[in-house]
Amino acid sequence: MEETLPLIAGALMTGMGAIGGAIGVGLAASKYIEGIARQPELQAYLLGQFFIMMALIDALPIISLAFGLIQLFG
Amino acid sequence: MAEKELNSDYFIKHHLQNLTFGQCSDGKWRFADGHINLGAEHTAHQEKEGYTCDPKEMGFNAIHVDTMLMSFLLGGLFCFLFWSVARKASVTSPSKLQNAIEYAFDFVRSGVSDTFVPKGNKIIGPLALTTITWVLLMNIMDLLPVDLVPWIANGFQSSTEHGWVHYFKVLPVADINAPAGMALGVAILIHYYSIKEKGVGGFISELTLQPLGKWAIPFNMIVEIPGFYAKQAALALRLYGNLFAGEMIFILIACLYIYSAELFQAGILSQSIMWGIVGILLQIVWAIFHVLIIALQAYVFMILTVVFLNQAHETHH
Repeated sequence: MEETLPLIAGALMTGMGAIGGAIGVGLAASKYIEGIARQPELQAYLLGQFFIMMALIDALPIISLAFGLIQLFG
Repeated sequence: MAEKELNSDYFIKHHLQNLTFGQCSDGKWRFADGHINLGAEHTAHQEKEGYTCDPKEMGFNAIHVDTMLMSFLLGGLFCFLFWSVARKASVTSPSKLQNAIEYAFDFVRSGVSDTFVPKGNKIIGPLALTTITWVLLMNIMDLLPVDLVPWIANGFQSSTEHGWVHYFKVLPVADINAPAGMALGVAILIHYYSIKEKGVGGFISELTLQPLGKWAIPFNMIVEIPGFYAKQAALALRLYGNLFAGEMIFILIACLYIYSAELFQAGILSQSIMWGIVGILLQIVWAIFHVLIIALQAYVFMILTVVFLNQAHETHH
């Protein structure tokens, strides 16, 4: 039990953070597609904005993933 | 050192360790030992030599030599490259390098002029250009194979068993100290411009009187102050987390080669070759995906620096 708890903690850290990030990126991507469908000429501009937003949304899951990997292997 | 078994756990710990220079337990300054992650050998060494050189015991003054070396080297490379091209810049026949640097310059200038409203600030343009280029150069180090630089530094031998460079993490941003140092510089600039543009009173009132007015100062402080400092801490953690996770996945893929070597030693040649090829393919796939993250994180670091400094200039009323 004592040895497995850090493993469970690491697995939760790597996994649970991804849920929020996935919902966030999914919402951003759906709005991005909607935006292209409405105004196709803005596609290049929206792609840049979408990537910035994706990097911002991704940050917390990735931080959680990094510390989870430290927990698991470090 | 005796025949050491190839061990993925040891391999990962070895690659998460910086080359540290610091004060050992007997008061002298040395590089940290090469076997601090091997419990038994570490204690044996302590009994034999009478001192230990563990980065965990060095405290605040432990210097990560590899991080310092790589970041200063890349910063110097960036300065030298841009300086030498700017010195020989030509209007009529620009070289290929000059075109590339002019493109980078225009890219940064358009990004800054889109997001930074106040006029006449002389520091923001060079700051943005330095940030994006330096971070990009440091991030690109992630694409070097994890063992390449320690291997060369030890005279083309494995760093786990030979040579004096026991550890060498080539990626400075996978060490929290480098991004945290850059974010600290940005935080100092945010405070400087906040106080310069709004005065001490204006800066404090922005943090205390913001959402609900002066009758709810404790609530306003609870809302505003953590948000103000969290965004500066997140600037460092975002870069560190992305690059560390990427490096970690490269290391985990490299563990496949250990498995492959174990199978090779056991004489199962076909499976050994198969796992080796799987490792190579996975590494190529992840490297291609990681190029996107590398460029994106450098750009995001630059654009957020500019956005935060723009916010420091804004006055809300």
